[in-house]
Amino acid sequence: MRPRTRAIVFLVAAAGVVVLLAWGLAGLPRFGAYHGVYGREINAHGVHQRHATNVVNTIVFDYRGFDTVGEEFILFAAVIGVPLLLRHQRDESDVSGHDWAEGRSAPGTSDAVRVATLGLIAPSVLLGLYTVAHGQLTPGGGFQGGAVLVAPALFVYLAGRFLMLRSVHPMHALDFGEGTGAAGFVVVGLVGLVAGAAYLSNAFPKGHVGSVLSGGDLPIINVSVGLEVAAGLTLVLYEFLEQTLLVRRR
Amino acid sequence: MTVGVVQAVAMTLVGVLALAVVVTRNPLHQVMVFGLFGSSLAVFFLVVQAPDVSLSEIVVGSAALPAMFLLTLAKVRNRERRG
Repeated sequence: MRPRTRAIVFLVAAAGVVVLLAWGLAGLPRFGAYHGVYGREINAHGVHQRHATNVVNTIVFDYRGFDTVGEEFILFAAVIGVPLLLRHQRDESDVSGHDWAEGRSAPGTSDAVRVATLGLIAPSVLLGLYTVAHGQLTPGGGFQGGAVLVAPALFVYLAGRFLMLRSVHPMHALDFGEGTGAAGFVVVGLVGLVAGAAYLSNAFPKGHVGSVLSGGDLPIINVSVGLEVAAGLTLVLYEFLEQTLLVRRR
Repeated sequence: MTVGVVQAVAMTLVGVLALAVVVTRNPLHQVMVFGLFGSSLAVFFLVVQAPDVSLSEIVVGSAALPAMFLLTLAKVRNRERRG
């Protein structure tokens, strides 16, 4: 196709897209306009029904709990897939024996990075645990808190060396944490069945609105999802580092 | 509800940084710009009253995902040198 023909085809297509886009945008509701009947219903009854002030958490782990079980296993499958793909292949080797910048020593981790990350390890652990534990009360929950708990692992890696991370994060504990976390959610759901109601319906005492142990099974689910996400994501990070190191060593 | 100043600034930032991610050609630079884009998205979620989503975005978009990209880049580069 000649450039001239190509330009004409593009201009016609682009004009079409612009018209369609403008037409669609013109029909959008105003910014912040909300037509969701379902949302209003949950806002009106959510706190009363589940004694949990973070309605988002109630939706994710109760009203839409079954969806979330599925989502959790998407992450679970992804985490299983990473070690599988990154496993140490038999014929794999690396060429890092060749020095591409001879006579120039690689700069080590700067003291600034080291001090800053060392100082951030403890606060990030605390923030992660807080986010998990208060999931049913304030913004946050198992997924968010679990993801925050990956940060300390990154900080340990940045502050020290990979080998140090290796001694802090034993593989078996991570595997165990990931499995237990994923299974915990499913088991909590089964408790609802055993109690004679639907899967994932609450069978635990609901407690007082606003206290840490309120919301029935929500805190238990938050902790188990937090465990799964934290262990799973750390495992992925660990696998990447481990694999690079193993290949390089040969 | 109309668009407030803070929301407008956050939206513009998201748009500009998203464009910046696309026009950055060097993968290493792109990862860094992507981290900034993730942070701007987190700010945007916060100012439209979705703190739960914002929290996830901070960790996933501005830390975990760029870290994985960096590790992948490091790995790919090692392999490229061999060839």
